[in-house]
Amino acid sequence: MKINMRKIKDLTFRALIYTSAAFSVLLLMGIILYVFIKGIGVVDWQFLTSVTSVLKGTVGIAGNIVNTVLIVLITMLVAVPIGVGSAIYLNEYAKSGRLVTIIEYATETLAGIPSIIFGLFGMMFFGEKLGLGFSLLTGSLTLIILVLPLITRNTQEALKTVPDTYRNGSIGLGSGKWHMIRTVLLPSAMPGIITGAILAVGRIVGESAALLFTAGSAKILPATFGGLLNKPFQSGGTLTIQMYLSATSEGDFDTAFGIAVVLLVIVFGINLGTKALTRHFDVTRED
Amino acid sequence: MRKNAIIEKTAQAILTICAVVAIFAVCAITLYMFIKGAPALKEVGVLDLLFGTIWKPTASTPSYGIWYIILASVISTGAAILIGVPIGLLTAVFLSEISGRKLGGIVGSAVELLAATPSVIYGLIGMMVLNPLMFKLEKAVFAGDASHQFTGGANMLSAIFVLAIMILPTVISVCTSSLKAVSDNLRAASLALGATKEQTIFKAVIPAAKSGILTGVVLGIGRALGEAMAINMVAGGAVNIPLPFNSVRTLTTQIVSEMGYASGTHRQVLFTVGLVLYLFIMIVNFILLRARKAGVARED
Repeated sequence: MKINMRKIKDLTFRALIYTSAAFSVLLLMGIILYVFIKGIGVVDWQFLTSVTSVLKGTVGIAGNIVNTVLIVLITMLVAVPIGVGSAIYLNEYAKSGRLVTIIEYATETLAGIPSIIFGLFGMMFFGEKLGLGFSLLTGSLTLIILVLPLITRNTQEALKTVPDTYRNGSIGLGSGKWHMIRTVLLPSAMPGIITGAILAVGRIVGESAALLFTAGSAKILPATFGGLLNKPFQSGGTLTIQMYLSATSEGDFDTAFGIAVVLLVIVFGINLGTKALTRHFDVTRED
Repeated sequence: MRKNAIIEKTAQAILTICAVVAIFAVCAITLYMFIKGAPALKEVGVLDLLFGTIWKPTASTPSYGIWYIILASVISTGAAILIGVPIGLLTAVFLSEISGRKLGGIVGSAVELLAATPSVIYGLIGMMVLNPLMFKLEKAVFAGDASHQFTGGANMLSAIFVLAIMILPTVISVCTSSLKAVSDNLRAASLALGATKEQTIFKAVIPAAKSGILTGVVLGIGRALGEAMAINMVAGGAVNIPLPFNSVRTLTTQIVSEMGYASGTHRQVLFTVGLVLYLFIMIVNFILLRARKAGVARED
């Protein structure tokens, strides 16, 4: 009798475990299927290359794509050097002490702050205090601090996997420390650094709360090259922001689902890409 | 040779500056949250603002009580944790203790992709799928009740479910790695004493991974408290007592939905809402660092 109870209990636990695991897979499949069924019909060449205009009768997200690309470029251009530099300092130069503890504490704290707080800060500091207003630049500056911890941490992990023999060998041959870092360490850690950078791009593409009050929501496509150069100083909504507005204030669910399809393709592509990259360069893999 | 020495020194200086950026960022954010968030506390009064229950910022005699907003954040986060953590922990058990490489790979990839899905997409699907379901439930529960204000499904229950789903990837990945870190000796010893696999998991492995699991829970709390857009899309648009079938505003959604047009005291109060959220998050971060430290100390 007691053994039977035990068996029933064990089976129940096992059933619960399997159900929970299946839930994640079904949830993901459900999301993908639902979004694609609702949105794939909207996505065509015109949707991707034109701008929504009542006058011309077109619905499109080209302006938002340009905004997203610009924000990603500006943010990464600044965030990657700072993040990588910070990781090199923490891993190679700093002797563990007070400063390192504070820097690591600060990085952890930044990673835990929600995007809406970054958005508020960006609006108050970059937008109002520095007078940049609603602009792609304000948005990018805000996102730089937001993705910084992600890049720093991934680079630190990558640097930790480079064996010390590389460092000693290079220094032993008479190389200076920075020379060693530049020519030996960084190339060896490059796959990890790139993985971190790509993950940061994914984070930027999916970000919304930090951009709503910093980059704004304009969707006009710059007409000339000069206009494109000037674009960072103007308001611009990314794909994610446009999706939010389409689904809420504009009530245009077709566009919302169309953008959702594009977002899922980009974000999932990025994730699968980094996974392939990691696997390709993983020297510790078993198979 | 001298030139090299200069390059070395410059490189070190620049790298140090890069590292200090994070400190500056945290200090600047903290400073700004306090500078902008504090004035309204003085203007409206600490008690009236934090514990007031009437939110009428645009009335002729405006009232700025955010107590229900604070409560809505705390309750929806708590409920999301109660739903999400058991599912997440069990999935983690599956990934670390039961699945083979192939099946585990599929579930693991699904979890990673769920983590990468932008929050607005969760919000959109919540609006289209969850809200109608909740509306049906609401109509069934409150049939014939004239005093209930119907929400069309945009209520706290929807917010809780969306949050519970959104914290899953975080909880699963942290729990999985802490379960995997448990020494195999422990499993072998438990099995050798005659315990079944399930007994081993629940009586030996999970207790041993306690501090890691706790870290996952705290991370989940931080994520749920800070989520803004998805909740804003499914939770309705009115400040109410946080009951399951009421439309609610949380700390985050209050900022998202009113910052665009607020001015004067109303705007300052929204900054205070931001400050309250920031303080909550700082407490969560502090607990997190302590939990991590405890975990590291135990491993040594």
